[in-house]
Amino acid sequence: MRFTRAETRAPRRWGAGRVLAGFGLATLAALALADLDLSRPDPWLTLRGIGAGLLSPDFADPAALAHAAALTVAFAVCGVFAGALAGFVLSFGYTLRAIRGLCICVRSVHELFWALLLLGVTGLGPLTGVLAIALPYAGIFAKVFAEYLAEADPAASRALPRRTPPLSRLLWSRLPLALPELGAYTLYRLECGLRSSAVLGFVGLPTLGYLLETDFRQAQYGAAAASLMVYLALILPIRHWMRLRLAPVWLAVSVWLLARHPAPPMGDGALMRFLGDAVPAPIRAGDWAGLLPWLGRMLGEQALPGTIATLVLSQLALALAALVAVTCFPLIVGRVTGRAGALMGHAALVLARSIPDYMLAFLILQVTGPSMIPAILALGLHNGAIIAHLMGRQGDALVPRLRADAPRGLRLAAWELLPRLSGNFFALCLYRWEIIVRDSAILGLLGIATLGFYVDAAVQELRTDRAVLLLVVSALLTLGIDTLSGRIRARMRLSAPGMRKPEPEAAEAA
Amino acid sequence: MSRPPLLRLERETLAWDGAAVLSGVALSLARGERLVLLGRSGSGKSTLLNAIRLGLEAQRPAPRLALVPQDPGLVPQLTVFHNVWMGRLDDHSALHGLRVLLHPPAAARAQAAAPIARVGLNGFARRRVGTLSGGQKQRTALARALLRGGDALIADEPVSAVDPRQSGDLLDALRDRFETMVLALHDPARALAIGTRIIGIGRGRILLDRPARGLSLRELHALYEG
Repeated sequence: MRFTRAETRAPRRWGAGRVLAGFGLATLAALALADLDLSRPDPWLTLRGIGAGLLSPDFADPAALAHAAALTVAFAVCGVFAGALAGFVLSFGYTLRAIRGLCICVRSVHELFWALLLLGVTGLGPLTGVLAIALPYAGIFAKVFAEYLAEADPAASRALPRRTPPLSRLLWSRLPLALPELGAYTLYRLECGLRSSAVLGFVGLPTLGYLLETDFRQAQYGAAAASLMVYLALILPIRHWMRLRLAPVWLAVSVWLLARHPAPPMGDGALMRFLGDAVPAPIRAGDWAGLLPWLGRMLGEQALPGTIATLVLSQLALALAALVAVTCFPLIVGRVTGRAGALMGHAALVLARSIPDYMLAFLILQVTGPSMIPAILALGLHNGAIIAHLMGRQGDALVPRLRADAPRGLRLAAWELLPRLSGNFFALCLYRWEIIVRDSAILGLLGIATLGFYVDAAVQELRTDRAVLLLVVSALLTLGIDTLSGRIRARMRLSAPGMRKPEPEAAEAA
Repeated sequence: MSRPPLLRLERETLAWDGAAVLSGVALSLARGERLVLLGRSGSGKSTLLNAIRLGLEAQRPAPRLALVPQDPGLVPQLTVFHNVWMGRLDDHSALHGLRVLLHPPAAARAQAAAPIARVGLNGFARRRVGTLSGGQKQRTALARALLRGGDALIADEPVSAVDPRQSGDLLDALRDRFETMVLALHDPARALAIGTRIIGIGRGRILLDRPARGLSLRELHALYEG
């Protein structure tokens, strides 16, 4: 029979040991290359200031806080719904290679990079913020919606008359079947959008991140703590106030808010100017012979070192995330830490995954000074908390199915839960890998010499052609990691339940 | 009957998922016949039914078929009315379909009312199918076929989930609507009551192909033995 022959030809399964060994070697190499210098002369001074600020947050300007909070929500809601709408339309054509390629391109560029690019076209106005979220999200929505639609129960479609128009077939059978999942995914994305929106403040858009950054830079720790608390007060209970039924209300209010917000005058032809600038300088000058040296210089002096730094940072961050995940997932399993302990564990993990890694890195950077350390800590803690949360939830679900005399406490975590969850652990780490690499590139905006650092420099110098080239490199790097991660998952035969979806935390958010 | 048969299968081997299920299948279906397939579960009734459907669909011009698959293929998120009206989705443009989906006009509701009443779901038209019991879902699928109508009905265990006392009445409703039917059933008594011809399946082939008149229950029960 056919399948047996295919099975003998399939490559041998990779064991966890082999993958871990390769991973450990990569981490050691990254450690040797990383800049782990603690250069700040007196971190305690800053730390004390931050501590004092957290203990006595300064709500002296409630109007500014409320306005920034409202705009943070408005950017998130408008951006996510615009992205969802575009992605929904695109998902119908997702089998077409051109549409799939377009979606891959727009989603492989991070929101902050989009914002940086758009600043030159639409300026520091509402449209930039909305598009910066909507564009990459549209690519993600298109992919995920297409998958949900394709996975809808085919029985209903089969029962339809054969000559039913294709659009009717979709609207009457696959769409209503998939609709609950599409809704749940959109809600999950709204949470991500709120994080993105806050972080957009770091490039100057008037969200809570902007207040946080300016106050911090001026050592106004009380005021900075206030904006951080407002942000947490928004995102922690988001599943209670962001309901699909309320979405039309939120959307209307958001559109109204952003429409009132002043848009900067960009002059005529800003888009054409931008597109013209995106053409490599030698070509613009008509010097085609200069293109190759230009490319060589760009790749050798910026893209290559940036890529290496991005990979080094992401490797160390992934190692920390894995460590955090393995040690922290038992925190939220009641049979390990008890009811009160699990509650505190939940609080810690929710906090770590609700603060965007970019914001976290910025905060740590103020204490430690510039090096890779803040970025490693931020990426490791944030992503580790996400993995730990998912593993903990799965572990908690396992407990009732264990034998009655199973141990409690750490012994349970180490002997019963971790071995059972190890497949999920590998799958989740490999899924997060791509995201960590993407965010490592972005953290260059904070001054670490990853790809984002060079993109930022190019944008500051108004060298759009360089920025675009570096973004292409960054997108290719992300795609490469995604492919590699997929290969490793396939070789390890990882098919843990609930891991099939592109973003496992979305399935859980439903 | 001088008209040519609707369908003729000759010494065909029917496979499901790559493995042969029935071999040497020779069978014809004439207009006005009510063919009932009997046999133990897993004997290949659904496979034969599927082959008949494909054979009919391949003809030019293709006859209009109404289907009641074993998995009724309902959309639980939509109402009974919507699921029933789906039977006529190919009679309308996608645009009109969209209109009925979003806001059914009174005329569409009126069209679906009779079949919904006929299967005993009066008052359920606006209920979402996901909230119905298994039997009610099956009735919805029957109403969908009744509304669709057509040259022939192909139904796989169409009354398996309803109360046995009402299954006869529901089969009568189908008989009144469709001139030609091919049914898979598991109840020999019902098969004799509704069918004009009985096909018995077992051991990978057709064991019996005779007019229902003159067949005894005992002969049919034999299909389920040995």
